[in-house]
Amino acid sequence: MSGFWEPFGFEFFRNGLTVAVLAGALCGLVGTFVVLRGMSYLGHGLSHAVFGGAALGSVVGVGYYVAAGVWGLASALVIGRVARRGVLRADAVIGVVTTASFAAGVAALSRWGQARRGLDAVLFGSILGVSRADVIAVGIIAVGVVVVVAATYRALLFATFDPEVARAAGARVDRLDDLTMVLLALAVLGTMRVIGAVLVSAALVVPAATTRLLTDRFGPMLVGSTIVGALVGGLGMLASYHLDVPPGAAITLLGAAVFVGATVARSVADSRPNRPQT
Amino acid sequence: MSALVELAGVVHRYPGAPAAAVTVLEDVDLIVEPGAFTGIVGPSGSGKTTLLRLVTGALEPVAGSVARREGLRIGYVPQVETVDWSFPVSVGEVALMGRPPAHRWPWSTPAEKRAVADVLQRLGIPGLERRHIGDLSGGQQQRVFVARALLSGAELLVLDEPTSGVDVRTRHDLLHLLADVNRTDGMAVLLSTHDLNGLAAHLPHLVALNRRVIAAGPPSEVFVPSVLEATFGAPMEVLVHGGLPLVVDGPGSAHPLHTHAHALPPHDLDPTRAERPR
Repeated sequence: MSGFWEPFGFEFFRNGLTVAVLAGALCGLVGTFVVLRGMSYLGHGLSHAVFGGAALGSVVGVGYYVAAGVWGLASALVIGRVARRGVLRADAVIGVVTTASFAAGVAALSRWGQARRGLDAVLFGSILGVSRADVIAVGIIAVGVVVVVAATYRALLFATFDPEVARAAGARVDRLDDLTMVLLALAVLGTMRVIGAVLVSAALVVPAATTRLLTDRFGPMLVGSTIVGALVGGLGMLASYHLDVPPGAAITLLGAAVFVGATVARSVADSRPNRPQT
Repeated sequence: MSALVELAGVVHRYPGAPAAAVTVLEDVDLIVEPGAFTGIVGPSGSGKTTLLRLVTGALEPVAGSVARREGLRIGYVPQVETVDWSFPVSVGEVALMGRPPAHRWPWSTPAEKRAVADVLQRLGIPGLERRHIGDLSGGQQQRVFVARALLSGAELLVLDEPTSGVDVRTRHDLLHLLADVNRTDGMAVLLSTHDLNGLAAHLPHLVALNRRVIAAGPPSEVFVPSVLEATFGAPMEVLVHGGLPLVVDGPGSAHPLHTHAHALPPHDLDPTRAERPR
């Protein structure tokens, strides 16, 4: 048992675990809107855009959160605005903007080639890459996102369920769409240090998809997805240490296992007559 | 402005190559006064849904103007086919969507819960707050959307083909419900329908639409063969049965009812009477 608790003696692990729990919860919360709006591909694309910002930032000597944050927010808002015009579908805009960002990052690294090792952590995640400053930054992001979601809960729900009706009722749907994009960019930004750009979309989608299988109500799905995300993030980080695999892979595989379990549970529940309301 | 919504010279086309762009509405005028109860009738593709979407603000006209009274709140009941019934949301959550939150937290207050229970009771669907919206019948789902409009304080209720795909009893109940909401709450009602006998004939004011406004007024002025033929592109005959107009296809199909047919008395139309035995 002492081996199980061993990593808690290391500050780098405690930092990584804290960020994994916070980022998992953050992705679970924001992922609910991502899944229900059919924006999973956007989450995947934004992680690549944020990588581009981080890479360019490292080349010009700007910190990760500033460079990746500004780049990610700008990419998210550009995607949202262009897609709203309706000439191009959102997935086409995502494909152009995010891959261009990713390519810009790769080109900058290839040309100037600085800080490459640190950016590997951004791509694939690393326990060692998490500092005390990351804990504070992700904590601030998480608290901010929770407060914003709580304050705009009803309007966000309305705009997600039926944007046209919400607009008719007086909701500022375009602003709420922009807000959702900003929340998504912040979630990606806070998560990439631990999970890595390649697997961020799993952290966004898996908790929400899992919880959707277990409830037919929005409020419980939002809370449940947040809890599932936090648990998978924390336990995945523990598994990462003990199995000596990258945290992104451990968290993603654990999430996939939980999703399979939820699928089985839902199938069993649906096969029973008079399924109780969830 | 005293009117809730005022459309003047509205033209709308859907995007496409200039030569291929389809003109859906041309030079349409429409005024929706407070407390109005208006039905828009016309065949499929006549622009009914487009007109409603212009009224709600979901679309902007290509030419002409749409003026809404400042701060106007509109409750919109979309066609049931356009709603994502798998969305994880309960009846209670839907009912409260359009209501400004009583506090800054996401959960509803006891007073809000009581308001939901009261309005569901009034609309004949008591105790369904925790049920998933997709588990309800079509008629119950429409009532939930009407409940949402009532709880949001809407002054105008817009319904798109509310009797499409519902049975006679549900249509009858819905008409009574709308008449009650119009009379008791003073909420203006604007709906589209191609159900001439089951719904439109019971309304006090109609607009016959086929790209243009063909005629507007009480059914006695709209349900005349020349207007109906211009609107629907097929010969129609109007009989009166039980005090209500009855539209039948072509002159030859009406023989069995000729013995009861007589001229339509305009004053005999009242939405609160709903359906009479035939």
